[in-house]
Amino acid sequence: MLMKKLALAGAVAMLGTTSAMACAFQNEVEVKSLSAGFEAWKAVTDAMSECGNVSAELDQEFRTKQPAAFAANPSLYALGGVSNGTVTPLLNEGTIRPLDDLVEAYGQNLSPNQLIRIDGQIMAIAMMVNTQHMMYRTDIFEELGLEVPTTYDEVLTAAAAIQEAGVVEYPLGATMKSGWNLAQDFNNMFVGFGGDFYNDDSTPAVNSEAGVKALEMMKALTEYMDPEYLVSDSTYVQQQFQQGKIAMANLWASRGGAMNDEAESSVVGKVGSAAAPLAMAGGVPATTLWWDGIVVAKNIDDATAEAAFRVAMEGLDSEMVQGANDTAIWLVEGYQPSDMAQGAIATATAQPAPPSYPSTSQMGLMHTALGNELPSFFTGDRTATEALAAVEEAYSSAAKEAGLLQ
Amino acid sequence: MVPEFRANSGETFSALHSYARFLTGPTDIGVKLRDSPGFPMQRSRNTSGTEASVKFKTFAMFVGPSVFLMLLFIAFPLVTVLVNSFQVTQPIFTTQEVETCTPGFLQQTCVTEVKTIPVLDDDGNTVTRTEWVGFRSYANVLGGERAIAALSGLDFGALLQIDFWKALRFTLTFTLITLPLVLIVGLAIAVVVNNASRAVKGPVIFVSLLPFIITPVIGALSIRWLFYGDGIVTVWLEALWNTDLSVAANGWAIEFLMMFYRVWHVAPFAFVIFYAGLQTVNQDTLESAVIDGASRWERLRYVVIPHLMPLIVFITLIHLMDAYRAFEEVIGFSSESHRITLQYLTYDYLTPDDAGNRAVSSASASAMLTMIGVVILLAAPLRRTWRDHRGG
Repeated sequence: MLMKKLALAGAVAMLGTTSAMACAFQNEVEVKSLSAGFEAWKAVTDAMSECGNVSAELDQEFRTKQPAAFAANPSLYALGGVSNGTVTPLLNEGTIRPLDDLVEAYGQNLSPNQLIRIDGQIMAIAMMVNTQHMMYRTDIFEELGLEVPTTYDEVLTAAAAIQEAGVVEYPLGATMKSGWNLAQDFNNMFVGFGGDFYNDDSTPAVNSEAGVKALEMMKALTEYMDPEYLVSDSTYVQQQFQQGKIAMANLWASRGGAMNDEAESSVVGKVGSAAAPLAMAGGVPATTLWWDGIVVAKNIDDATAEAAFRVAMEGLDSEMVQGANDTAIWLVEGYQPSDMAQGAIATATAQPAPPSYPSTSQMGLMHTALGNELPSFFTGDRTATEALAAVEEAYSSAAKEAGLLQ
Repeated sequence: MVPEFRANSGETFSALHSYARFLTGPTDIGVKLRDSPGFPMQRSRNTSGTEASVKFKTFAMFVGPSVFLMLLFIAFPLVTVLVNSFQVTQPIFTTQEVETCTPGFLQQTCVTEVKTIPVLDDDGNTVTRTEWVGFRSYANVLGGERAIAALSGLDFGALLQIDFWKALRFTLTFTLITLPLVLIVGLAIAVVVNNASRAVKGPVIFVSLLPFIITPVIGALSIRWLFYGDGIVTVWLEALWNTDLSVAANGWAIEFLMMFYRVWHVAPFAFVIFYAGLQTVNQDTLESAVIDGASRWERLRYVVIPHLMPLIVFITLIHLMDAYRAFEEVIGFSSESHRITLQYLTYDYLTPDDAGNRAVSSASASAMLTMIGVVILLAAPLRRTWRDHRGG
């Protein structure tokens, strides 16, 4: 609610600033955009509005609005902000257009890394990467003479040492709020143990050795957390850090900037970042890679699409990055990685590298099933195998209704 | 005004907007009930016999618009939901090899994998097919074979692992425990206010009504903040008993808070109704009771409560309907991992995931089951009202 109000206020404020300031051209066509409401989007849409005639809607509910709004003809928005998780329905329903021509005409400043290609066609332009990686209190680690953990077994050892020293309320924090967050935390660990979510014929495959190991490791970690971890989302963990209550967490890179926000944080300069720990030796870091970027609607005329793309390029230029360097791990030219970005970069460049979050219909269903069924394992109502069997059952019945399974 | 008030507050979540519309059925029954014969003032008007002289045509002209609107906004959606619950509409999928290139930090990684994607027709629309599935969606919601196995083995532990039964268990406990509490607390406040001196009456009524005026979600959140994490009350309790409390880690503690919130929020409504009722208690009867030597408690038990009985039934009806479709508590207290309600289950089916899938058929089945539950719950008090009506 609050986010939505802020977003609305932001959108209204932006409407006011339609005068061209630092835009290379004067935009004459009305361009509407719909995206998520976090800091990085604010920076990008602010820069876009400098071209004039841009109205940007930043809404945390964008993921439920976007598919229907883009399916309308004409589409209700010309530009959409997506991530690799939320681009799936737009791709599936064919409501976004290939951008090859526009990139050729106006995308000189884009690096090849930014072009999201599906079967060779450019379908989206990435602007930033995001991932969950290790953040830790450098002062505590130094004081206790601890090494930064590179595996989850080392995380447990370090947590035990911190618990013993009693310097913080809880050694660990985690984004384990039941639902989407908990499922994502499981995904990270499951990927780290080398698991596959579903088979080629869409049947589920989480009830496996990797699944059980992932749950057991998560349970072991919860011993060192605030017992209320099932209501703890990214903002909650961020605040635990800011208030000095926790010493370690595998947290989103996009939250890094908040650690050094003088207005909110009591631990400015004391939080370091490192790669996401490995779940098993020789495996990938136990996390997934995400990108955020823009797409252009299909159901609009070519002139609007052209204007929308040009405006978006102004939003994604290096001038914007200079003004908002620390709000994201930008893929845009001119980005200077700060100390907080080192963890994300180490994670993304690890060998072998963690996988990108799979953008498939099956994964959407699996994510929901995991989020709904796993909490009972953590409340102690089910064993690991029972919980995973329930996940598979929930997935199968949802997949049958969705038409993915017969 | 209660039912309308609640429906509006549901709409403050714009994400829940369509959902609020999805199940306006019980709300509107609530509105209708206020005009039903159970309400004492209405009853006296009904028995005066004036309606007999109203010509049918005039009657039809007055009632017509409301019948039309009821058909449009209640009957039609209900029929649609009913039909949806027996149908499944799904896109036709095909599997095809897709190469996807996504950014790493320095360079891209490209993967070629077999993806299942929906078939699009020449206009770019998804090709869908709709089929009748009988009671399959109901079986889905009820838990299918797992439910049968648990029921036949009388294994309630296993049964309560299934979402629907878990939700039903909580919803019923929630409804049936809060009901007497709302009635008792509401009546108690009404009696106290009625006996209070004139000077303090106004402020007391205002303060008692505050919980009712607050938007439900905000009310739930404010109670949540008192207890969750290091909330003020939790810190006090921790200091008092010198322990470490984690309210949100215990199912029963959350359940207690959810019920506490509901009683806190609804009791003022009961209070207002009872307070109005108390103004019409026959003073002569009360005085003769005093002369007969009846104590304060006896007067309440044998004079006031029988007089208020139709109001008690009325509040019971409204509360049963309202509490059975409890929803904001789950959101407000983030209780999904410990306690869910039937309405939350419907909402959960209806919410699209990131890939855009939503289980409309299961959601419809779940909504129909909720409605059947409300009807069963209301049967007893409604029968009583009907008997009173015929008797009067």
